[in-house]
Amino acid sequence: MSGLALNNVTKEFGTFTAVNNVDLTVPHGTFVCMLGPSGCGKTTLLRMIAGLDLPTGGAIRLDGDDITRVPTHKRNLGMVFQSLALFPHLTVGENIAYPLRIRSAPKEDQKKRVDELLSMIHLAGYADRPVSKLSGGQRQRVAIARALSISPKLFLLDEPLSALDAKLREAMQVELRQLQQKLGITTIVVTHDQREAMTMADTVVVMNRGEIRQAASPIEIYRRPADTFVADFIGSTNLLEAETDSAGRVTVLGQPVAGISLGPNISKATLSVRPEDVHLTAPGDGALSGTVTFVRDLGGTIETFVDVAGRQIIAVSTPRARPDVSVGQPVGVVLLPDVCVVLAK
Amino acid sequence: MRRETPQRLADYGPLFFPAMMLVVFFVVPFATMIAVSFFQRQQGGFYVPAFELSNYQRFISLFFANVLGFSLMLAIAVAICCVVLAIPFTYLLTRMARKVQIIWLVALLSVLSLSEVIIGFAWSTLFSRTAGITNLLVMAGLMSEAKALLPSFGAVLTGMVYQAFPYTVLVLYPALVRLDPTLTEAARTLGASPIKAFFTVVVPALRNTITATLIMVFIFALGSYLLPQLLGRPQHWTLSVLITDQAIYQSNMPFAAAMAVFLVLVTLGLVALTVMAGRKGEAA
Repeated sequence: MSGLALNNVTKEFGTFTAVNNVDLTVPHGTFVCMLGPSGCGKTTLLRMIAGLDLPTGGAIRLDGDDITRVPTHKRNLGMVFQSLALFPHLTVGENIAYPLRIRSAPKEDQKKRVDELLSMIHLAGYADRPVSKLSGGQRQRVAIARALSISPKLFLLDEPLSALDAKLREAMQVELRQLQQKLGITTIVVTHDQREAMTMADTVVVMNRGEIRQAASPIEIYRRPADTFVADFIGSTNLLEAETDSAGRVTVLGQPVAGISLGPNISKATLSVRPEDVHLTAPGDGALSGTVTFVRDLGGTIETFVDVAGRQIIAVSTPRARPDVSVGQPVGVVLLPDVCVVLAK
Repeated sequence: MRRETPQRLADYGPLFFPAMMLVVFFVVPFATMIAVSFFQRQQGGFYVPAFELSNYQRFISLFFANVLGFSLMLAIAVAICCVVLAIPFTYLLTRMARKVQIIWLVALLSVLSLSEVIIGFAWSTLFSRTAGITNLLVMAGLMSEAKALLPSFGAVLTGMVYQAFPYTVLVLYPALVRLDPTLTEAARTLGASPIKAFFTVVVPALRNTITATLIMVFIFALGSYLLPQLLGRPQHWTLSVLITDQAIYQSNMPFAAAMAVFLVLVTLGLVALTVMAGRKGEAA
C-alpha cells in the first residue's frame, strides 16, 4: 500500500503512556493535521514517525515497508521543527543544500535545486545571505525549502507556524497548503491551532491523552464530532444534557423538544449545537424558554447569551439576522433536529 | 540598549576599582619585568638598573630558538589533544541526566584542586617500570614484560593533557549546553548519521568557542614548567623550565625577564594570528 500506516503504535515513558495504541492510515499525497491540547501525544507520535523516538509497541509502515526501527537518517524525510533549527553557521543556500551535500550530490545539481527551491518560496537571490539576517517568515520558508530539497517521501512539520504573528501565520497556512497540493507530497502537521488544521488538512486527527478521538475531514469533524471532547475542542459549541422520559418524549434541560431522537434505547445523551445553529424566537411552543443575560456585539457577529434552566446557551448571528432582543428579555431557543449532534454519555 | 557616553570624570567612577586592581596586580609587575629585562646582572647575585640589550642578544641563538620552537609545539599539541578529547566528551556529557552531569563536573573540578607536583608524581609512578600501568598489561597478557614509559615526550604530553582537560571541559560546557538540541535532530531527519551530524553541525556551529578554547589551553600549557621536568628528558624542557632555572637557580633575573617578555610577545603574536584567521574564515 502506498502511504503511511501506523498499527497499534504505543509509546510509554516509564509508567506514563504518551501514545496509546494508535492506528492511522495516511494515503499517499494527503495532508494530515494532528490536533490536540498540549501533552496529548501528537508531537511524540510525529517524532516516532520521524524516527527520533522509538515506539515501545506497534509498527510504522511507509509504502508497505516496515520502518519502525529504521534510523532517522535512512528514512528520506523532510521535517520542519518548531524552533526551525536552521543551521546558524550556514547561509540560506547552504542550509537548503544540506540534505543534498550529505548525500554527496554533484555541486551543479545542488546549486540548481537550491535556485529552484528559492524561487518556489519567493526568496530568489537570497542564497548567499546568512540565516540570521532573515525575518521570521523568511526563515520559516527556508526551513520548509530545506525539508523539501530531496523531494522526501514524507513531509513532517511540528508546530511550524507557531512562532509567526497571527496575520503571517494565516498567509503561510494558505501558502503551505497550496505548495503541498502542487507537489502532491504526503504531509503531516502537528498543531494545537484548530483554524490551522481546518485551513490546511484533508484529514484532521483529533488526539487527547495519547489516543485518537476522531480522524476525518475538517467539515466532518466540525459537523459530526464523534464525542464531547471533539465537539468542544473544535470550534465552540453548546453541550446540553438530553433525556428520554418514560413516555418516550425527549427533553433538553428538562424542557420537552420536538423532532429530536436520541436513538433506540438511549435514555441520556449530550446534544452538541453550534452557536451559529441556535435560533432565537419569541417564547412559545417547541422552543426552550430562557432569558437573555448578555449581548456581545462584535460588529461582524453578535453573540447572545441565554440562560435556560441555569445553563448558558450561546447563539451567534450575523448583523443582517440580528435578533431583536435585549438583556432580561424572555426568549425561545429553537434547536433544529438536523443541526443537533447526539453524543453518547 | 544604548548607553550614553560618559560626560564627566565622575561617570568613570565604577571603572576605578577594576582599573586599580589591573594596575597593581598586572601592569606594575609586568612593567617591572620589562624594566628588569634591560638591567645589568651583577656577578654572584643581584642586578643593577641599566639599559642594555645583552640579555636579548644572548637569547638569539639556535639553542633558545629550538627550546622556543619545542615549547610552542608542545603547547599546540596539548591544546589540540585537549580540544579533540573534550568536545565529544562534553557533548555527550550535556546530553546526560542532570544528576550524572553534576557528578562528572564535580569529579573534573576535583582534578583542578590537585597541584602540578602531585599530578607529576602520580603520572611518574603510573609510567614507571616497577609500579606502572605496563604491569597491568603484562598481567592481561598483552605485553611480555613491564617497562618504563618515562621520561618521554608521550609522558609529558599525557601529564599536561590530564592537567588541562578539566579547564577545557569547563570552557566548552556552557556553549554546548546552550546549543539547540534540535539542530542535530534536524540534521538527522535531513539524512545525516549521528556522527556526520556531529561533524557537519555541532563542530562548525561551535567554531568560535573552539578557537577560544584552543587559545586558552595553549596559553595554559605554555606556562607549565614542572611536568616537563618530572616526566621528560632535558630535550623536552620548555622555555618556562629555562626561565625558572635562570630566575631561581642561576639568580639571573634580567635574563629570565628577557625570556619571559619574549615568550609573552610570541604568544600574543600567535593569538592575534589565530583571531585574524578566524575573522577571515567568518567573512568568507
